[in-house]
Amino acid sequence: MAQKGKKVMVTVRKPPHGSIYVQESIEVMFIFATYEMDLSVVFLDDGVLALHPGQDTKELGIKGFMASLGALVDWEVTNVYADRQSLKDRGIAEDAIIAIGKDDDSGAPIHPRVLDAAEIAAMMAAQHSIVSF
Amino acid sequence: MIISILVLEGPYNHEASDSAYNFIQAALAKGHAIRGIFFYDDGVYNVTRLMDPPQDDRHISRRWSELGATGIDMVVCIAAAKRRGITNEVLAPNIRISGLGQLASMIHESDRIVTFGD
Repeated sequence: MAQKGKKVMVTVRKPPHGSIYVQESIEVMFIFATYEMDLSVVFLDDGVLALHPGQDTKELGIKGFMASLGALVDWEVTNVYADRQSLKDRGIAEDAIIAIGKDDDSGAPIHPRVLDAAEIAAMMAAQHSIVSF
Repeated sequence: MIISILVLEGPYNHEASDSAYNFIQAALAKGHAIRGIFFYDDGVYNVTRLMDPPQDDRHISRRWSELGATGIDMVVCIAAAKRRGITNEVLAPNIRISGLGQLASMIHESDRIVTFGD
């Protein structure tokens, strides 16, 4: 793997289907993962709704992006986090959030890591750049 | 300071585009450098030359084009543009279509990236 460069965080703050923000933020994650940067992704505020299990956009007539979200690890987007309070405020159980990939060896699902706001704030303070969606 | 700008909303419908422009003017006036401006999501609508607003209103794509004429790198995301019918044929002068890798480069070469969206 290439030498990792500057620390860049993508934040996802918007709900998943009312706008294209989350979908196009995933495209940014996929591309950034191929560049020399130390990439992290944080779902917070309404952005955690994208991690709600069982979403299906067929009835909306929208292609949707749940498959992409479930394949983040395959695209080497591995440092993925969710804000604990945002999940709690929206009634999403921490152990119910979707998987973003599978462990190569065990096949066990990999989930975003749930963090407290203080931990996320400390991560943010260490970034070179934060790109906000 | 070297700054890059990410614009995520279209013109006229949302203040993000105007806020980005005004921020850039203020930053330049304070002596900062703008490495580049990247248009993404509905932000790609900012740079169509087909735009023809009433004469007593601001002409948003012309404003961006004039900034591009000063040498600032103005880039429209190709994937977002294709989705919305923004092609080289309708692009205002001094603006180019390229990939998200250009955003990665802008971030790498700037001290700050400032996002203007909803």
